[in-house]
Amino acid sequence: MTLAEYRRRGGVEPAREEENVADADHVEKHPGPLEYAQIGSILAIITGVEVAIYYLGLAHALLVVGLLVLSATKFSMVVLWFMHLKFDHRLFSTMFILGFILALSIFTVVLATVGGKLV
Amino acid sequence: MAQAVGTAHLETSTGLDNRKLLMWLFLGSECLFFGSLIAAYLLYRDRSVSGPHPGDLFDIPFTSVSAFVLLMSSVSMVLALAAIQRGNVRGMQIWLFTTAVLGLLFLSGQAFEFTEFNHEGLSLSTNLFGTTFFVLTGFHGAHVTIGVLILLSLFTVSLQGRIQQKNSLNVELAGLYWHFVDIVWIVIFTLVYLIQP
Repeated sequence: MTLAEYRRRGGVEPAREEENVADADHVEKHPGPLEYAQIGSILAIITGVEVAIYYLGLAHALLVVGLLVLSATKFSMVVLWFMHLKFDHRLFSTMFILGFILALSIFTVVLATVGGKLV
Repeated sequence: MAQAVGTAHLETSTGLDNRKLLMWLFLGSECLFFGSLIAAYLLYRDRSVSGPHPGDLFDIPFTSVSAFVLLMSSVSMVLALAAIQRGNVRGMQIWLFTTAVLGLLFLSGQAFEFTEFNHEGLSLSTNLFGTTFFVLTGFHGAHVTIGVLILLSLFTVSLQGRIQQKNSLNVELAGLYWHFVDIVWIVIFTLVYLIQP
């Protein structure tokens, strides 16, 4: 479509069949409301477990490891299912994971060099 | 234009919608932003010469409820998207409004917590713990506030009939931002509140 045609249509490109099919596939790949509710329930349970662990009086190192694992699980579930990274194009994952790894690297280097501690 | 174009987006070199790509790029950069603030907090929280210290102030049951509220707002947000992707505008409106209300509830809890801490003698300039804590959680609260405004705008626009199945991407983009705000709180809740020196 030429620029002139595109402007005549008021900036609207005609919907192409293959795009619509691709979009329908993309939406169909997303989980349904029931699966979202199930994931939400799991997230709520994990949060409850986190708080319970906090009050259990475990050794500090064990507490930290346990909480970090649970937190990472919640984080991954939200990113993969609610933000659809599990189903979407890999370029979206790349954008996010690059930023996340860079942040994690800086975080680790800063804490290691300046002397911050987690445990 | 975005509304009229809907999911049949303009041709791009990647074949993907540039708005969604840009949103993911933005969220990647936000990881760096919050990563820096969390690192600063962990560095300085136990280097305060004078109190109050984290252990004197944190109310874990209260913050757990706040964390739960924000987590559930993520569920309602994704249900709003699922509704509009299936052409259920009414369902989307209900879930969008629910998400905004849960967001406001979280913000109310944060305002209450800040006020309580202030009464206990902690302010932005009291000590290193106060500075890094308020900057970190304050910036997160600002993000939640922006998210609530986006949700309420979407809700208003949807009442005018301007959000349909064909332009569900608008809801998806708002959802991505909202879920990001939620995952940041998942990290803050663990590293700041539950893991104390």
